Amino acid sequence: MPLTMPLPEPAILSRRDEIVARLREILPPAHVIADETARRAYECDALAMYRALPLVVALPETVAEVSAIMALAAELNVKIVPRGAGTSLSGGALPLEDGILLGMAKFNRILEVDFENRCARVQPGVQNLAITRAVEHAGFYYAPDPSSQIACTIGGNVGENAGGVHCLKYGLTTNNILGLEIVLMGGEVLRLGGKHLDSEMYDLLGLMTGSEGLLGVVTEVTVRLLQKPLTARGLLLPFPSVEAGARCVGAIIARGIIPGGLEMMDQATIGAVESFQPCGYPLNAGAIVIVELDGTPAEVDHLVAVVEGIARAEGAMETRVSQSEAERLRFWAGRKNAFPAVSCIGPDYLCMDGTIPRRRLPDVLTRMDRLAKACGLRVANVFHAGDGNLHPLILYDASKDGDIERAEQLGADILRLCVEVGGVLTGEHGVGVEKRDLMGEMFDETDLSQQQRVKCAFDPQHRLNPGKVFPTLHRCAELGAMHVQSGKLPFPNLPRF
Amino acid sequence: MTPSPRDETDVRDAIRDALAAETPLAIRGHGSKAGLGRAAAPAQILSLAALSGVTLYEPEELVLTARAGTPLREIVALLDAHRQQLAFEPMDHALLLGGARDDATIGGVVAVNASGPRRIKAGAARDHLLGFRCVTGRGEIVKSGGRVMKNVTGYDLSKLVAGSYGTLAVLTETTFKVLPQAETEQTLLLSGLGEEKGLAALRKASGSPYEVSSLAFDPRENIAALRLEGPEISVVKRRDDLVALLAPLGAAAQTLEAESSRAFWMRLRDGEPVAAGEGVVWRISLAPSDGFTFVESLRRNGAPLLAHVYDWAGGLVWLRLEAAPDAHAGAIRAVVDRLGGHATLIRADEATRATVDVFHPQPAALAALTRRVKDAFDPLHILERGRMRADF
Repeated sequence: MPLTMPLPEPAILSRRDEIVARLREILPPAHVIADETARRAYECDALAMYRALPLVVALPETVAEVSAIMALAAELNVKIVPRGAGTSLSGGALPLEDGILLGMAKFNRILEVDFENRCARVQPGVQNLAITRAVEHAGFYYAPDPSSQIACTIGGNVGENAGGVHCLKYGLTTNNILGLEIVLMGGEVLRLGGKHLDSEMYDLLGLMTGSEGLLGVVTEVTVRLLQKPLTARGLLLPFPSVEAGARCVGAIIARGIIPGGLEMMDQATIGAVESFQPCGYPLNAGAIVIVELDGTPAEVDHLVAVVEGIARAEGAMETRVSQSEAERLRFWAGRKNAFPAVSCIGPDYLCMDGTIPRRRLPDVLTRMDRLAKACGLRVANVFHAGDGNLHPLILYDASKDGDIERAEQLGADILRLCVEVGGVLTGEHGVGVEKRDLMGEMFDETDLSQQQRVKCAFDPQHRLNPGKVFPTLHRCAELGAMHVQSGKLPFPNLPRF
Repeated sequence: MTPSPRDETDVRDAIRDALAAETPLAIRGHGSKAGLGRAAAPAQILSLAALSGVTLYEPEELVLTARAGTPLREIVALLDAHRQQLAFEPMDHALLLGGARDDATIGGVVAVNASGPRRIKAGAARDHLLGFRCVTGRGEIVKSGGRVMKNVTGYDLSKLVAGSYGTLAVLTETTFKVLPQAETEQTLLLSGLGEEKGLAALRKASGSPYEVSSLAFDPRENIAALRLEGPEISVVKRRDDLVALLAPLGAAAQTLEAESSRAFWMRLRDGEPVAAGEGVVWRISLAPSDGFTFVESLRRNGAPLLAHVYDWAGGLVWLRLEAAPDAHAGAIRAVVDRLGGHATLIRADEATRATVDVFHPQPAALAALTRRVKDAFDPLHILERGRMRADF
């Protein structure tokens, strides 16, 4: 799947000095990075296989500066790519050679903590985990916990609608934010939502969340804070097979229990984890299910007993229940280290991210295995089992001829399989550039055109993060037209915009 | 003639006919929410009542798909049989707007983003809509989202159509995340605290780790109400802990057991405390700590307040006031704008709803963007013209 980005516009490249000079009228000179060596630091995000040297990097510190940069970009017809910590795994923050990279790292302050209304106003460059650190002394936390939470920023979380192991019970970013301040192309500053719930009129706050930086630049986020549960206990449940583990997951949910975390690893991952940093996972298990139950001690004790019973009935090889906070964290240690551990059993891996209806898990894993064998590669699996979000890790060796291409091909085949069984192309990492050309597997041309018309309402000239999410860049004028049917345009009265 | 499409293609044809003739369409299920929103010019009715039926329900996957005209009561009965629920507990507008009880359709629930007291913990209707199919105002069949819990593939258009009052597209099919029903519930009632102290107690409880799922204050009876849901053993323990936490306030505590608790929250959900009697009804969303300040400001300014009640720990205020030509929009919105929030006129006569902004006015740049989003789906303003705003 060769990935092509829009060709850089020579007219923009030739005006680079002018663009840099104009940016330096807006920002202190040190906040405009024009030097090639310094720009190299920004040439990719966490999907490091795709790289591009940005035209120039701008590091604003105030909303007025962001607004001025956007207005300038609109005036000079230059593209903009917003970026937080650059932890995107789908290339959402991949720079453009003819575009300004807008680094939001200087927006790193927590502006207000309001315990009474259980919310905090933070700047987009604040790290996810830093929010919890700032409020945990009072017993609160911010629930969405992507694995990258020590590094990723809340602005990026909004862009990608990030989740994590807590989201089965506590929701994704979209369910945990109350307000946004955004800057549109052209420089208009808008506030969506606030400390209150559910503004009437269109839910642009919900639309912005997960829009991958294509609609506006986030300059402030109001997040919901939750009170930490009184207690949390973990269960480590080894099963002889993935099928048995999957049945157990289904049975827990069918019993009406929504755990705080519900994760699964297959045998390949268990082996990798144990050789990387042993944490006592049984090596003979075909799959391990980790369940976390949280709430009041009485409720958790009650639910632990119920889940243990379910696990035994579904053929668990043993049931381990954490007796201390240290033990609970030990159960999680392997899962949290699964990605670095897998990188020790093969030189390189490609992490995929699809979601499927949970009960299709055994079938999908069998077919995934068959696909992998057919192209001579191995796949290790960790999943957010509770919500069917899979992360197949495709092992390959970049130094071998053709391995990257084979791995990408297998990744695409796996995502097609997810869609075929009723799932989706991405559960949490975003479409970005990585899955852009697969969007047609899930949506037809009409569906995609309607999504792009929404883009046009925000950014009619396609200057904001173009080349991401949509396989074909349409001009907004084209999208204003209607499809011609039986040789005639059915509604000549529709305005073309 | 009212078109009564039986499937999605019929809906598309009806919209294409309307486009060709430039006839605005008003979208109706059973009409239980016809009185909500601006009073718009007459339009041809597009009835979705025949587009009915649950097309997919997988209890173990927590997912349900239904055609837009499916009666809500049918869905609730089906979920009940599996001890599951729509956790956002959609409100029933019949007490406020008239009409038969239990007569909503699922499409209407989505169209107005109807949520109830549990919204503060469980989320709104829009948070539970996983995906949908629709016909846009351009006469095109479009799908968005999916049927799985975690999905970030493309824009989240579910958020956009939920609460859009049918102005963007005609929903044909909706897919929801459903959740298990709680094993049981209880409501702790604290009486005699007064409004200000009662609301402070609610905020203290909402910041406690006892997972209170609904928090209301009813001034008629001077009662603060706190709902606890879950396994019996846990509910009882959490109620006792809450009583201990709030004991220093010196209120008299009483418990509503499961059945009375459910009935209490259903009455609140449907606006019963403000529904009966003459007058206009408003629904105000603001930061919980501003609820009391808002009502006090109105009182100080001499607004003719007839009844009010606080939900969402003070973050949602229902008000009934004596009728007035502007329905007191100016006075209410002046306070809301100062505090930050949103005021929606829910009940008033047609003449008032045709002249007063029913939805909170937006700043110019946001209004312009909103209009561009409308145009992206429905450039000729064929769907629900004038229902949300006078200019579309």
